[in-house]
Amino acid sequence: MYKTPCSRLTGFLGVRTKQQLVQIAPRCNQTARSLIYLHKRNPSNSLTYQHLNFLKRQYVTKTSSELQQRAVPKHDLTIVDEREASVEKQVERIPAINAELAEVAPPSEDVTHKTEPENFPTKPATQSVTTPKGSASRLAATTDEPPHIQVETEEARQTRLDRQWKPLKVDEGDLPDVYARLAKIKLTALVVTTAAAGFAMAPVPFDPVLFFVSSLGTGLASCAANSINQYFEVPFDSNMNRTKNRPLVRGQISPLHAVSFALACGIPGVALLTLAVNPLTGFLGAFNIFLYTCCYTPLKRLSIINTWVGAVVGAIPPVMGWCAATGSLDPGALVLGGFLYSWQFPHFNALSWNLREDYSRGGYRMMSVTHPGMCKRVALRHSLGLIPLTTLAPALGVTTWNFPVISLPINLYISYLAARFYYQGDRNSARKLFFCSLWHLPMLLLLALTCKKYSRSPEGTAAPLTLARPAK
Amino acid sequence: MANKAAATWRSVGGFLRLHRMSGASSRLCSSEKQKTIKMSASRPEPSSTHDWIGPPNPLSNLRPIVYRVSENESDLEKQLRKLRQETEDWNHVFWTRQNVSFSKEKEAFIISQLNAKGLTLCGEDGRRRSLSSEEMAVFYKSFLDKNRMRHADYNREWYRRNFTITLLMARIALNDFWRTVTERHRKKKNSTPTI
Repeated sequence: MYKTPCSRLTGFLGVRTKQQLVQIAPRCNQTARSLIYLHKRNPSNSLTYQHLNFLKRQYVTKTSSELQQRAVPKHDLTIVDEREASVEKQVERIPAINAELAEVAPPSEDVTHKTEPENFPTKPATQSVTTPKGSASRLAATTDEPPHIQVETEEARQTRLDRQWKPLKVDEGDLPDVYARLAKIKLTALVVTTAAAGFAMAPVPFDPVLFFVSSLGTGLASCAANSINQYFEVPFDSNMNRTKNRPLVRGQISPLHAVSFALACGIPGVALLTLAVNPLTGFLGAFNIFLYTCCYTPLKRLSIINTWVGAVVGAIPPVMGWCAATGSLDPGALVLGGFLYSWQFPHFNALSWNLREDYSRGGYRMMSVTHPGMCKRVALRHSLGLIPLTTLAPALGVTTWNFPVISLPINLYISYLAARFYYQGDRNSARKLFFCSLWHLPMLLLLALTCKKYSRSPEGTAAPLTLARPAK
Repeated sequence: MANKAAATWRSVGGFLRLHRMSGASSRLCSSEKQKTIKMSASRPEPSSTHDWIGPPNPLSNLRPIVYRVSENESDLEKQLRKLRQETEDWNHVFWTRQNVSFSKEKEAFIISQLNAKGLTLCGEDGRRRSLSSEEMAVFYKSFLDKNRMRHADYNREWYRRNFTITLLMARIALNDFWRTVTERHRKKKNSTPTI
């Protein structure tokens, strides 16, 4: 139960791409915004040539900071937040249009819309600082452009706004997708993978049924925890770009529905772990849910200690997997948990380094914002700490002595990046460290698996075990 | 106090909308009047079967909800609706203030930093200068530290309200369920008078 690395990755990529856009192209207010939101909506789609072509146009724009997306007036969200295909097409067509238009607005609207925003800068200061400037600069933008494009957006936006009041009814067809996003299905999959790794590393004959049951139970517990987390964080999620498309924020389901879903996942999940696997695993699952929802989630806004709690939350699934296989809490399980725990710091600290503005505005107390020096120090310390940890594994009989040797290169590499992050402390080094952590962990677990010591006999190191090997 | 605050943010929101869209006049009405007065097209009337959820408010980024008013609304449902509306307004006020003050203080910080460096706000090419992320980090830290107690209070209050709302929703759902079950049972009894 990490702190959503996958969804963060999406937003992170969005930030990075947007940054490049902002830096390489003449700042284009509206287009950059629509591009960014398009990209964020569908990060898997690469920007098309049509989009990039539009960037070559010159616009009078306002740029407040590198992270321009935060300065964007939020009403522009409505342009791309709309699910209807016609609207999306409209936004995509706008960049590509030179002189022709999808919908031609009547010329009278042209005048009205042009005169209205002009009144904007004289409005009293109670309004948001960025919004008037945004509109004014958009107006300035229109003077270089065929006016129809701006009018079309305004008018289309108004009609869309009318249509955008949606009934807060459950749409049966959407439910699976909603549930998947509520449960953060990608993150859950990662959690189940680490639990499976813990199961596979346990020095007992591999039982496929038990493996399946324990993975299912862990997955259900993770779904429950993620749903409760989203239920708690609705107003905060609305205000952060990364999370504003979550189901509860968009109103696709009601809070009660989300809680019911969480209970419907959590209770069977924990029950399955307790009854079909063993009580210890069930207890660990329930404890992890509690830790994530009742400790980590509120602590995110109260104290930086949330990062350490979150690291424990991430470390528990492999321990659960191990306990599911063996039925007891061995030191070997704790070593695996230790890998996850230590890995969490370079991963999260590097990620949070580039999200400082969002965290600050949302009121999240993260080390990267409040104690930047500590943030870098802790990341370095734990990256280096991975190396002695890997020697603990063979010492406890979990793996052979090959493991610390063959994992040394990747551990040295991540430590090198962490050191660079420590000394340079800039966006680039943070980004590099984060991306390294993404492949470092699976690699480490895989190497551990290949070096697994099957027999615990004192005479020697057994051959590496594959999962398909029949039990003795 | 909450109503005044609600009216304030509504009027601010309405101000924005008014001048961005021609012919919209939704937000200037208070929550009490929303049932009786026909709002403009951009805020639907309360339906009796479901809530309406709207686009994110430009200042607070929260989505407004028009709550459902059923025909024979029980006391519990009325209480729930009022609590939800009040919580929504309170949330809007908090986040609007947060976002607006963040933007303002950020601007002020940028300007003061640029002045300290002896630079003007706009460079020679007419574009605004921006500070590096390391320089901005000082501002982000100070913003968080300054608002620490406010955030903590908000969190506590938000969790409390969220729980109460969900509990009320659960109670109402259970009541409805119980009512449907007893009605069905009664109907069955009436339809088979002879044993």
